[in-house]
Amino acid sequence: MRAPLVFAIVAAFVAGIGTAQAQISVKLGVMSDMSSLYADIGGPGSVEAAKMAVEDFDPAKNGMKVEVVSADHLNKPDVGSNIVRQWIDVDHVDAIIDVPNSGVALATSQVVKEKNKVFLISGAASSDLTGKACTPNNVHWTYDTWALAHGTGGAIVKQGGKTWYFITADYAFGQALEADTGAVVKAAGGQVLGSVRVPLNTPDFSSFLLQAQASKAQVIGLANAGGDTINSIKQAAEFGIVKGGQRLAGLLVFITDVHALGLDTAQGLTITEGFYWDLNDKTRTFAQRMAKRNNGKYPSMVVAGVYSATLHYLEAVKKTGSAEDGAKVVAAMKETSYDDPLFGPTKVRVDGTAEHDMYLVEVKKPSESKGPYDYYKILATIPAAEAFRPLAEEKGVCPLVN
Amino acid sequence: MFDLLGIPPQALFGQLLIGLINGSFYALLSLGLAVIFGLLNIINFAHGALYMIGAFCAWFLLTKLGLGYWWALLISPIAVGAFGIAIERSMLRWLYRLDHLYGLLLTFGLALVLQGLFQNEFGSSGQPYQIPPSLTGAFNLGFMFLPVYRGWVVLASLVLCFGTWFLIERTKLGSYLRAATENPALVQAFGINVPRMITLTYGFGVALAALAGVMAAPIYQVSPLMGADLIIVVFAVVVIGGMGSIMGSILTGFGLGVIEGLTKVFYPEASNTVIFIIMAIVLMIKPAGLFGRAR
Repeated sequence: MRAPLVFAIVAAFVAGIGTAQAQISVKLGVMSDMSSLYADIGGPGSVEAAKMAVEDFDPAKNGMKVEVVSADHLNKPDVGSNIVRQWIDVDHVDAIIDVPNSGVALATSQVVKEKNKVFLISGAASSDLTGKACTPNNVHWTYDTWALAHGTGGAIVKQGGKTWYFITADYAFGQALEADTGAVVKAAGGQVLGSVRVPLNTPDFSSFLLQAQASKAQVIGLANAGGDTINSIKQAAEFGIVKGGQRLAGLLVFITDVHALGLDTAQGLTITEGFYWDLNDKTRTFAQRMAKRNNGKYPSMVVAGVYSATLHYLEAVKKTGSAEDGAKVVAAMKETSYDDPLFGPTKVRVDGTAEHDMYLVEVKKPSESKGPYDYYKILATIPAAEAFRPLAEEKGVCPLVN
Repeated sequence: MFDLLGIPPQALFGQLLIGLINGSFYALLSLGLAVIFGLLNIINFAHGALYMIGAFCAWFLLTKLGLGYWWALLISPIAVGAFGIAIERSMLRWLYRLDHLYGLLLTFGLALVLQGLFQNEFGSSGQPYQIPPSLTGAFNLGFMFLPVYRGWVVLASLVLCFGTWFLIERTKLGSYLRAATENPALVQAFGINVPRMITLTYGFGVALAALAGVMAAPIYQVSPLMGADLIIVVFAVVVIGGMGSIMGSILTGFGLGVIEGLTKVFYPEASNTVIFIIMAIVLMIKPAGLFGRAR
C-alpha cells in the first residue's frame, strides 16, 4: 500500500527538480559610471539597454529566467572589482556588462576570468582588453582604441596632419589611445612632438591647452573622453586653438558629448563611431524606443553595444544550456556570426573583439542639422575587416591567438 | 632667452596667469565659505551645490527667458541668495548652538539632494553656455593668448574679494557682524537684530557662490557635478588659509591657483593632488591654517 505512495511522492519531487533545471536562470550585472563624467555615455542608459535586450529576447518563451542588476563603480578599479566579486560570489551574477573606464574594466576582466564568468564590454576602450590582457571570457563589443586611432587618427593624418601633440587622460584608456594613435601617426611618416598626462576628471584644461599650443604641432589629439573631452574642446575654442591654425582631433567623442557641447562648438569634428541612430530603420526604431525609456536621451554607441551584446549573450546561453561556464558561453558566441539589428554583420573573433563596420563621421554645422541629435554626416564606412586590429598583429600578444 | 628649469619664460608667464584665473574661482568660493564659517560657525558643504545652481540659473535665464549674461550676473545671485535665506530660516538656524558636525551633515546632505535632483533632470554632461558676445575674443600678450573673458574673471573676482574683505573688516556693519559672532547676546542688547543679520550674512555668502557659478558657466559646462568637483579643493583652500579668515582665504585661493598651475607644467600627473599635499603640510606645521587664529 505504502510503497506506491512513496514512489509517487519521490516521482513528484524528481519531476519538480526536473522543471527547475529546465528553466535556465541568468543574472546580468550592468556596472557603469552612474554619477560622474562618463554617466551620460552609458550609465543609466546602459541599464535600460540591457533590460530592453532581455525583453526583446523574451526569456519566458525560451525557458529562461533573466534578472538585471546594476551598480556604480565610481571610476575606481578597487570599487569595481569588489562589486564584481560580490556579484559573482554572493549574488550569482553570470555576466558583467558595459564598464566604461578601461582602468575598471581591466580589473573586472581579471576577476571575471578567475571566476570563469562572462564580461561583455561596451563602454571601455582599451585595446589591451583583447590584446595583452585578453581572456577567454571577454567579449569587446562596440569599439576600441585601435579602431579609434585608425579611424579618426588615420583620416586626419591622410589630410596632412603630420605633427601631433597629445592631451591624454592619465590612466589605462588615455595611455592606450595615445599609444595606438601615435603608432598610426608614425607609420604614416608623421611625428609625435609630445604629450601631457592629465588626471581624470579635470575641470580646467587651459594650462594643458597652452602647452599644446606652444608645441606648434599641427594637430592636438585629445586622448580623453566624456566630460574631459567636452571641457577640453570648449576651452580650446576659448583659447583660439583652431583659429590659430592648429587642428583639434577628438579621438573619442560620443554623440552625447556633441549634444552637450552644442553644434556651434562641436561642428567640423571628425569622429569614429560604431553606431549612429540615423543609419537605417532598425537603428531609428531602437533610438526612439531608447529615448522614450531614458529621459529623451538618444543612445550612444555604448548603449547600443550593451543592447546587442546582451541579446547575443542570452542566445548563446540558450544554446549552451547553462550560464555556469562563462568560457563555454563565450566560445558559443564566437561560433556564430550575427546580422545584428544595430551593428550590421558582426562576428566575435577568437581574441574577443566583435568585428563590425565602423563609421567615420563629421559633426554637422548648425545650419545643416534638423534638430536635436541630428548631428552626423557619414564620411565613410570603415569595413569590418579594416576597422579592428588584424589578428596577425596579436600573435604572441594575446595568448588566445595562434 | 634664458630657460627656467627647462621651461621657456613666456610659457611660464602664461601658466602663472592661468593659475591666477583658476585661483580667482578658488578665492571667490572660499571667501563665501570663510564668511559663513567665520560669522555663523556653519561648515557650509552645500556651497558647491549652490555654485552649481547659480550657473544653472544663468542657463535658465538665457534659454527660457532670453536674458543674457549681464542680467544673470545680477539676477542669479539674488535668486540663489534668497534660496539660501530660505534654507537658513527653515533648517540651519536650529543648529547654531550644536556642534559643527550637525551643520556639516545637514549641508552635506542638502548638497547631495540638490545635486541628485539636477543630475536626474539634466544628466552628467551638462548644458552649453556661450561666452557673452561683448567678452569674446582674446588679447595677444606676446607671451600668451589671453581670452578676454578670463581676464574679466580675474578682475571681477579681485574686486569682489577685496570689496568683501573691506566690508567685513573695515566698516561699521562689518564690526557689528564680527561682534555678533563673538557675543550675540551683548550685541542684541544694543538693539541690533542679530538673527536677521546672521540670515542676511548667509544669504550673502550664498550669493557669492552663485555669482562664481555664473562666472564659471561660460568656461566650464553648466553641469550638475561642477560644484562637487570644486568643493573639495575649495575646502582645502579654506583649511590652508585658516578657517574663517577672510584675507587668508583670498590670498590662499589665488596662491594655490598659481601653485596648481605650475604643477600642471612641471608634473601634470600630480596637479589634482598638490593642493592636498600642501594642506597636509600646513596642518602639520600650523594646525590653525596660515592665517587662522586658534580658537
